[in-house]
Amino acid sequence: MNKTAKGPLSRLLAAPHILWSVLFILIPLAFVAFYAFTDNDLHFTLTHISEFFTPKYLGVFLRSVKLAAIATVICLVIGYPAAYFISRTSPNAQKVLVVLIMLPMWTNFIIRTYALSEVLEVINNAIVYLLSLLPESLVPIALDPKPDIVIYNETAVVVGMVYDFLPYMILPIYSVMSKLDYRLVEAAQDLGCNGFGVLRKVVLPLSIPGVLSGITMVFVPSISTFYISNQLGGIFLIGDIIDYYYYNNNHHFAAALSFVLMLILLAGLILMNRFGDDEKEGKR
Amino acid sequence: MKKNNFLANFYMFMVFFFLFAPIVVMILFSFNAGKSTSVFEGFSLTWYAEMISNEAILEAVRNTLLLAVTSSVISTVLGTVAAYGINKMRSPGVRATLMTITQIPMINPEIITGFSFTLLFVFTGTILHFSETFSFWTMLIAHVTFSLPYVMLQIMPKLKQMDKSLPEAAMDLGCNPVQSFFKVELPEIMPGIVTGLIMAFTLSLDDFVISYFTKGSGFTTLPILIYGEVRKSVKPDIYALATVIFVTVLVFLVLFNMLSTDEDAKAKRQQQREKARARRKHAKEAHK
Repeated sequence: MNKTAKGPLSRLLAAPHILWSVLFILIPLAFVAFYAFTDNDLHFTLTHISEFFTPKYLGVFLRSVKLAAIATVICLVIGYPAAYFISRTSPNAQKVLVVLIMLPMWTNFIIRTYALSEVLEVINNAIVYLLSLLPESLVPIALDPKPDIVIYNETAVVVGMVYDFLPYMILPIYSVMSKLDYRLVEAAQDLGCNGFGVLRKVVLPLSIPGVLSGITMVFVPSISTFYISNQLGGIFLIGDIIDYYYYNNNHHFAAALSFVLMLILLAGLILMNRFGDDEKEGKR
Repeated sequence: MKKNNFLANFYMFMVFFFLFAPIVVMILFSFNAGKSTSVFEGFSLTWYAEMISNEAILEAVRNTLLLAVTSSVISTVLGTVAAYGINKMRSPGVRATLMTITQIPMINPEIITGFSFTLLFVFTGTILHFSETFSFWTMLIAHVTFSLPYVMLQIMPKLKQMDKSLPEAAMDLGCNPVQSFFKVELPEIMPGIVTGLIMAFTLSLDDFVISYFTKGSGFTTLPILIYGEVRKSVKPDIYALATVIFVTVLVFLVLFNMLSTDEDAKAKRQQQREKARARRKHAKEAHK
């Protein structure tokens, strides 16, 4: 009885939040769509959207997809064993290691990226110096003027993405693995699995949810970054283009770029969730 | 087995080396006597002194803290109330839709969330003929919006775990719904609220992208100031600032961890005491 009397009133408590979400989440996104399809006089136009699909911008977009995908794969390859090793240490060690993984995330990413560019510069100089010691016939590239091997190119951008977003891969995978029932591993061993079999048949399938959220958490910020690419690579990715047109007050084109990017990411996310659900179904 | 351990340790060492190398460089060069961030000319504290006397940096620190405190408190209050209301809703479909909408800023690229705010504020500003649309208030709205899902995701599970009969018992014993909320339900979900508040606070402190799209000319936060400095040329005073922030975060994390391990230890001791008591009781009964 109490419940029915209390119900409608307490449900009203969600009202301010609903109003807030409509005003500051849904309406702004509606503005992105509206600006994407209008010109400066707010008349309907498809010019901006179709400009996205010209070779110039499509090329930038594909380059962003490529670099973000490479960075995500590298993060997964480095992060998965790291998460596994952390989850296998003692509870106290786990605590310390997780804090150490999170610590860089609390240092401003612009400063970290800038410092990384200094480190890459030093590494670049070191590589060039080592190459100069070799006989000339063995060196595949010209050393004068000084070549950029790990800085101001796509390699540097990928290194930057991996550096900035690696914790976002390690933490979700770790959180799934730390809850993994170790008796399952023992059962698999009792039933004759070797180390690799345990990993492939028990640990890997159970950690899929963590892997999927890790992939999203690395890929989305990587593909839309607008500082890393410029500072480390001196190149323009899709985020830099959006920033450029935002900065130069061409809001309609920036909106068109954002709109298409958002739709593509949304489609990818839905596809991936399907895949995740299928995995779960298969396991049952 | 031993060889395996060695490989694992070496692997973790390499991962941490990669994650911390730039931070070590940052800390090292914050003590540089010279003006460069790549050539070390000797140890000095000049840049720390410079930083403390730099009015722009100090103001940015104050602004950042003001924004982080207000936005985290507002998003925590709004998020707690909303989580409570949504949890009371009967239709799972409505509940799921509301949570999905709330989580949009968490999933969407930050650059799009930020830019969508720009469009909203520019449009509203033009219609209402504001001379200066972007200010503390636009940043506050943006920060509350992107912190809300994190706060609600901390509180929702606690509300679901809570025993439904607790508030009913409170009301049977004469509490009105408001009293029952403050005396019974609120303490139950408090851990979630605290974690949510801390998360909202740190997210706001560190946010650059969304702040960049909603900033006003008169209100600069630390990440915005740092971005401006980095675009010109970095002097070690920015490194000194980042080092101070790094050490502060480190100290807080260590303290926080020590407190929580203390609690764990307390809980363990409590458990042991109870076990011992039960054992004594058992022994007594056996003796009889």
